[in-house]
Amino acid sequence: MPRQHIYLDYNATAQPRPEAVEAMAEVLATAGNPSSVHQAGRRAAAALSQARDRVAAFAAVPARAITFTSGATEANNMAILGAPQTRLIISAIEHDSVREPARRSAKPVSEVAVTGEGVIDLAALETALGESDEPALVCVMAVNNETGVIQPIAEVARLVHDHGGTLFCDAVQAAGKIDLAPITANADMASLSAHKFGGPPGVGALIVRCDDGSRRPLVTGGGQERGLRAGTENLPGIAGFGVAAELAARELRQASRIVELRDALEHAILEAAPDAVIAGRGAPRVGNTSCIAMPGMPAETQVMAFDLAGFAVSAGSACSSGKVRRSHVLSAMGYDDETAGAAIRVSLGWKTEADDIAAFLEEWTRQYGRAQGTASERGAA
Amino acid sequence: MMHMAEQAVPRPVRVPVYLDYQATTPTDPRVVEAMLPFFTERYGNAHSEHRYGWEAEASVNVARREVADLIGAPQEDIIFTSGATESNNLAIKGLAWAYKGHRSHIVTVVTEHKCVLESCRRMQEDGFEITCLGVDGDGLIDLEALKAAIRPETLLVSVMAVNNEIGVIQPLAEIGAICRERGVFFHTDAAQAAGKIPLDVEAMNIDLMSISGHKLYGPKGIGALYVRRSKVRLRPVIDGGGHEHGLRSGTLATPLCIGLGAACRIAGEAMEADASHLRRLADRFLDRVLADVPDALLNGHRMQRFPGNMNLTFRGVDGNRLMAELRELAISSGSACASATDEPSYVLAALGLNDRDIHSSVRIGLGRMTTQGEVDFAADTVVRKLSGIQRTRV
Repeated sequence: MPRQHIYLDYNATAQPRPEAVEAMAEVLATAGNPSSVHQAGRRAAAALSQARDRVAAFAAVPARAITFTSGATEANNMAILGAPQTRLIISAIEHDSVREPARRSAKPVSEVAVTGEGVIDLAALETALGESDEPALVCVMAVNNETGVIQPIAEVARLVHDHGGTLFCDAVQAAGKIDLAPITANADMASLSAHKFGGPPGVGALIVRCDDGSRRPLVTGGGQERGLRAGTENLPGIAGFGVAAELAARELRQASRIVELRDALEHAILEAAPDAVIAGRGAPRVGNTSCIAMPGMPAETQVMAFDLAGFAVSAGSACSSGKVRRSHVLSAMGYDDETAGAAIRVSLGWKTEADDIAAFLEEWTRQYGRAQGTASERGAA
Repeated sequence: MMHMAEQAVPRPVRVPVYLDYQATTPTDPRVVEAMLPFFTERYGNAHSEHRYGWEAEASVNVARREVADLIGAPQEDIIFTSGATESNNLAIKGLAWAYKGHRSHIVTVVTEHKCVLESCRRMQEDGFEITCLGVDGDGLIDLEALKAAIRPETLLVSVMAVNNEIGVIQPLAEIGAICRERGVFFHTDAAQAAGKIPLDVEAMNIDLMSISGHKLYGPKGIGALYVRRSKVRLRPVIDGGGHEHGLRSGTLATPLCIGLGAACRIAGEAMEADASHLRRLADRFLDRVLADVPDALLNGHRMQRFPGNMNLTFRGVDGNRLMAELRELAISSGSACASATDEPSYVLAALGLNDRDIHSSVRIGLGRMTTQGEVDFAADTVVRKLSGIQRTRV
């Protein structure tokens, strides 16, 4: 057994906030279906409405814009499959939960390239928008899950709206890391996931700023969430989501602590290994994410070795793990297979301390030294 | 019977007494206890390739087996969803999308839950024809009518196991046998049945079954769909990372999966004890109320029912007055989903009740945590408030 457990995979799931767990445990202990009219039901409905207000404040939107879902995957599916638009434009670095429903929608999909730094190519977007007079649903994520690169949502929105399109923004990795207001002020729709910033898994939200009634629900039935999403609400989860949102909003100001840790780590790595590659380093990024390629060492091997040493990191996104697959994000950024296949994602969070990063750096350098040794042996042979 | 009036002195019960176990059940404290570590210490993403992830995945698979064991299914045929509504949507839409162009007809029942009927209606837009079977005055379907409804182009028969409003149990084994013989898929919405009555997907020839966490003392926000994957193809409703054999994408909510597993395990172990507890309490309540309140009727088949669900009509009592008089009981005038709106119950209408009788009806739901004191308090309240009440002529 490793002597330590250091969790550096916050982009896969963040360690839940104790306050959020407490709120959930409290609701778990009480019965009540928010749709029931008796006292227990009304109490549940009040808790639901309080959580909705908290999430709305966090996202800087009115409460009625929030539809609670089982998570961001469902929200992304709802946004795409429920849209009235007849064509789709997506960036080349979207999450699978955007790519797959887009592919399945049976509508024409154009993919917009990104620059070498992982930022959407605005000229290419404009070209795609101009390809047809039909208004498009455009999907551009706010922050990439693998690199942490922040997309210029305000500029994207301006282009999309100039062409009569609708912008949907997967804001899952932005929440709790950067202010959501500039995103939700510009995008027409956005999605959130609670467990990525200290809330519980199993709950998320679709934000629809102006619902004109033209959207179709995905899951139909009991008429909950104003008919947009049927099913008894996951009340404990939603309560935890609300509390985590409130905490995350409050602590955005302290994000500089995380950036400093991350930047120091990257600086030290590049110092020790001048041939290491940090994807998207030249672009604006959220402060917690680092996508680091260690030349000559396959990412899966690194992840295993780090795990044995007591560090949890990932190769690409958690969703595609299990199947060893080349990251579509890194290849869209122009990295060759070898570099893309050697990249791991290190993501920090609210519980990460300077000691954790120092220990990780030490282990990274050890692995790098081993990789160098293997390479020179191979060279000698 | 030991329910003499002089014993009906109100016992110290917490008012309002929760008697709405069909809307949602309290989470069993043992379930909460099983879940909590997965919120705090063992928070890993079950899809991550490190020990936090492996630990979560291993625990999720234990939970999956616990769900499977409750219904006699192999664990790889259990798909976790966000709840029974999603399960029903996935079963019906997913199947219809997968077989579109090959089969074009779905048979269901007029008393199904709204999310089943809505999903069928949605598939009507995609060219499917829907046959909605009626029920008799007891709420049960006619097996001969079912046989007659099945056609060569029929894809699916969807019949719920236990009705959410009146508690009657449809003859699942007989329906399953008919479906198997005629080569059509059989889906059952078992949200109100799983953990309450014995279910066996093999013996009953069930191909798809929807399960809800919060109806069997588990958490809200989680459910499952049993899919006989060796035989049934589905298209996902929610797509993405390809989780759950590609049938349901999205990060698994590990604590909720653990909670559903624990709830299923406990329900399996406690099924007989729960059932006899509920039968005893329900008999005690009904003996008293049906005898002492004039014109009180139990809706649905008297025997073929889940005892914890009692839907009663108090003929001639105005609906608003009824709920006001019984405000010390947290009960429902229909399904929770429909109670925000004021539509008369389509389930009771299907039994042949007129609008006025429907408005004079309430659902009283008992559960594992219901005590005899609560039932006596409820019976006493009903008898006291309703025996002498002014009634309109019926």
